[in-house]
Amino acid sequence: MTPSPDTTDSPKISLRGVTKRFGAKTVLSGVDLDVGKGQSVVVIGGSGTGKSVMLKCVLGLMRPDGGSILVDGKETVGIKGSEREAMMRRFGMLFQGAALFDSLNVWQNVSFGLTAGRNMKRAEARDIALAKLARVGLSADVGALFPSELSGGMQKRVALARAIATDPEIIFFDEPTTGLDPIMSDVINNLIVDTVKDMGATTVSITHDMASARKIADRIAMIYKGQIIWHGTVEEMDATDNPYVQQFVHGRAEGPISMEIRHA
Amino acid sequence: MTLINPLALIGHVVLAFATHTGNFTIFTGKAISHCVRAPIYLRSIGRQMLIIGYFSLPVVGLTALFTGMVLALQIYIGSSRFNAESAVATIVVIGITRELGPVLGGLMVAGRVAAAMAAEIGTMRVTEQIDALTTLSTNPFKYLVAPRVIAATLMLPCLVLVAMIIGVLGGYIVGTQKLGFNYATYLKNTFDYLEVMDVISGLVKAAVFGFIIAIMGCYNGYRSRGGAQGVGAATTNAVVSASIMILISNYLITELFFAK
Repeated sequence: MTPSPDTTDSPKISLRGVTKRFGAKTVLSGVDLDVGKGQSVVVIGGSGTGKSVMLKCVLGLMRPDGGSILVDGKETVGIKGSEREAMMRRFGMLFQGAALFDSLNVWQNVSFGLTAGRNMKRAEARDIALAKLARVGLSADVGALFPSELSGGMQKRVALARAIATDPEIIFFDEPTTGLDPIMSDVINNLIVDTVKDMGATTVSITHDMASARKIADRIAMIYKGQIIWHGTVEEMDATDNPYVQQFVHGRAEGPISMEIRHA
Repeated sequence: MTLINPLALIGHVVLAFATHTGNFTIFTGKAISHCVRAPIYLRSIGRQMLIIGYFSLPVVGLTALFTGMVLALQIYIGSSRFNAESAVATIVVIGITRELGPVLGGLMVAGRVAAAMAAEIGTMRVTEQIDALTTLSTNPFKYLVAPRVIAATLMLPCLVLVAMIIGVLGGYIVGTQKLGFNYATYLKNTFDYLEVMDVISGLVKAAVFGFIIAIMGCYNGYRSRGGAQGVGAATTNAVVSASIMILISNYLITELFFAK
């Protein structure tokens, strides 16, 4: 239904007709999306439009009901066990609520993918963790603190350090700036842009924060009712006359998208 | 509608039961398979052994002490009615090793440990920490469930062994101090009729109870949904289901050993 974006080489991630339903509620009704290698794609859309579910399907945290998800041309729907683990090693994910392990301190959190996931020596992993923390602007003494002792912005930064600690090829950002003040949001956006550009990683972010989307996106895709209804560059987004995109970008209550407010 | 139509209600209950049983069986199978396959997280196992074993000692010890003491008193009352007071020591030691040590110890640990496991894993579930584990290429079964199951299955017999000793000691204190038994006679009566099988059956029970506690705590936590309320419900379910499973399996194991 939606044509694929023009990428120079074959896409890193490719979703075709991905569907997912929970009981009677259809969340994804045929998502088509291509993400080129080294690209930063931002998926925008309102709450409950299936953004998070889409990411979780790609990561294998949820199994889609139908469709195919290709990573480097290889089908990932339905793979299990060691194959899935090998696939996971190539991904990093920044969760909406940071999802730091509260039983571990900051540096143990950041190095978790190295020690538990890759059996690296703790001393070695600690050095890498501190280097990654420095990269997101946190000093070494933060490493000994526990997640509960950090502010929301610092937790997000630690979570970012954890997501990039294993130098993944593909990084997902789930609402990276939600719940942060505008200045901290911009700090996080800059960190995302810098770290990702350094690493040459392919990223998919989901957000409803337009300032964040403009800053980190190479391409923008809009999801509505479980489908990608529009995609293009930031310039194209500003120029488009697509009423859905316009309504969302300008944040208007009136338009084709009606908020589903349930009446009892 | 399902509440009005009795047939639909029955069907609903049966389906829910079947789903639940199926999910639980799959969960248990996965947990066991991850207990025996590498990598094994020794650090996590050690930590859980400390939490389950060492920190449960006071509560299990106190339970055993007072159970042994009250047992001596009650059996004295009963046996004195047909002049069999000398049986007190023997019945206390058999009651404690075969039955009360493991069961009461298991129930106390279920309240303490199954609840804590369900709350911790449930919170990790609702705050996406379990998803985060997966994205950091760590299997949550391996990292969270297997260490708890291994630690609980190993530590419960140790705890119960301590409980047996303290329980018998409680009976000894009451027997000699309050009921006027001779120190040496009480000890002799305690050990003369005690068989190795009594202790072994108690320890086997303890290991099974430990497994039940960890599985129930992890299963309910792992499947919790919907924030604080979901975690609260998971905690309650974990304690209730672990306790009931302990009591049911207690009978089954007793019958198994009874035949021998």
